[in-house]
Amino acid sequence: MSNAAEVINPEEVVLSINNIEVVYDDVIQVLRGVSIDVPKGSIVTLLGPNGAGKSTTLKSISGLLKTENGEVTKGDISFLGKRIDNANAAEIVSSGLFQVMEGRRIIEDMTVVENLRLGAYTRSDNQINQDIDMVFSYFPRLKERTGLAGYLSGGEQQMLAIGRALMARPKMICLDEPSMGLSPLLVKEVFGIIEKINREQGITMLLVEQNANYALKAAHYGYIMESGKIVLDGTREQLLNNEDVKEFYLGGGNEERKSFKNLKSYKRRKRWL
Amino acid sequence: MNTDLLLQLITNGLIVGLLYGVVGMCFVLVYKSTQIVNFAQGEFLLLGAWVCWAFLVYMQIPFFLGFIFTMIFMAIFGVLLQLIVLRPMIGEPIISVIMVTIGLSIFFQALTKWIFGVAPQSYPKVFEADSVNILGMSIEPAYLMSMVIAVLIMIGFYLFFKHSKHGLAMRATAFDQQAAQSLGISVKQVFAMSWGIAATVSATAGVVMGMVNGVSDSLSVMGIKVFPAVILGGLDSIVGAIVGGLTIGVLENLAEFFDSQFLHIGNMYDIAPFYVLLIILWFKPYGLFGTKDIERI
Repeated sequence: MSNAAEVINPEEVVLSINNIEVVYDDVIQVLRGVSIDVPKGSIVTLLGPNGAGKSTTLKSISGLLKTENGEVTKGDISFLGKRIDNANAAEIVSSGLFQVMEGRRIIEDMTVVENLRLGAYTRSDNQINQDIDMVFSYFPRLKERTGLAGYLSGGEQQMLAIGRALMARPKMICLDEPSMGLSPLLVKEVFGIIEKINREQGITMLLVEQNANYALKAAHYGYIMESGKIVLDGTREQLLNNEDVKEFYLGGGNEERKSFKNLKSYKRRKRWL
Repeated sequence: MNTDLLLQLITNGLIVGLLYGVVGMCFVLVYKSTQIVNFAQGEFLLLGAWVCWAFLVYMQIPFFLGFIFTMIFMAIFGVLLQLIVLRPMIGEPIISVIMVTIGLSIFFQALTKWIFGVAPQSYPKVFEADSVNILGMSIEPAYLMSMVIAVLIMIGFYLFFKHSKHGLAMRATAFDQQAAQSLGISVKQVFAMSWGIAATVSATAGVVMGMVNGVSDSLSVMGIKVFPAVILGGLDSIVGAIVGGLTIGVLENLAEFFDSQFLHIGNMYDIAPFYVLLIILWFKPYGLFGTKDIERI
């Protein structure tokens, strides 16, 4: 297996997940030995079907696993060289790793500005108002919304969730399905902004997605996860040109299996190595 | 009809209503941020009033200093109560937690009786004048002070929840605990803070009531009286608690007035709020301001 850190930037790995296993309620094993490296300043994407364990991976990074009665039983996770697999969510946010949860999870009965100020909860400096303006420069349409955040459209809520993450001045942001429930046009816009933030702020991103097309276009490196294991990883080009990825995640691919019926039976037999 | 008496009773109602509002706010604060229905709310008043009384009478401390010491004591008390008794209950069934708060209520009533005795005690005189005249109505200075304090507390609550980062964190926790944790908010800290604030602010109301009526067991009745107020306002609305408190305060005095003038049933003062409670639960179970979730279309 090739390693993301070797391919992109061998000097600095911001987040390193080393062979972790995660068990819910002491009996349900979800992750079976997952290893992921996220190099500094990159966008790394984690792709996979429903139930593969993508969100669980993110929650074990951000310390939210404990809120769902899950536990990392094996392996370790380090962020900036420090072990974080036993830290609680508040410590992890303070250390500069911020998770944008699936489904955006903005506080609906607060205004946009109040939500943004919440993002800066772990900070104690006095530059919060400047940062609110900075977020508005990335998402100008949020500035016009003065009502409750619950009345924002889905795309605006996603933008607010990303803006709220920026308010914490994180070194790394984990995004859980930013494209969920958005129209293709909005998905394009949101991914454009994610790339822009990565470029301009140098914030490392780990992007969990089902929308493989957009995610692979934005990412420098990708991992593919199925049934709690990483089954394939590689640079954007490697994955975009991989026949299996093309067939299962991007659509198209092998010319002979045009019929969906054939494709299905083929897929059932197909096992990743 | 005795207009003077009516006006006086309405004024009293508004003053007491403000205090109901303050205690109701504490109740709502605990309910919103920790999902606990606190049946020991009235005992916070009782305990606060007794502690302040002890500072003034046993230790001979000047009133305002004793008042501040009481606040500090009750803040620590509230936080410790959450840490020791209620934190281990997180994740337990709601009925168990309610039983614990009922238990706490009985425990603290017994404790105060054991320490301070069963006889009502009165506060040392704080104000020179027995009553001040405002627009022809005589109002006790303590009541006047209670009005000022209640309004200050309400403004304080508004500023805290609107502008301070801890207030925002409490609102976020009330709305979505997991999302709050993902923002780096410590939910445990928020829980402890809400109990600390509730104990402190309720104790303020307790001291003020104690100054007017003397300190006795009857103070803890406020904890029950506050139910009609918060349910009228909507169990999870702070504004609702204030409106509900004022309404109940005026209403019980009006009931008293009509009873004493026309009906002569007796005891309407204590009973009327609970008729209101019953009627609200019939027709508007979420109260006047109980938030309905925003549905995005």
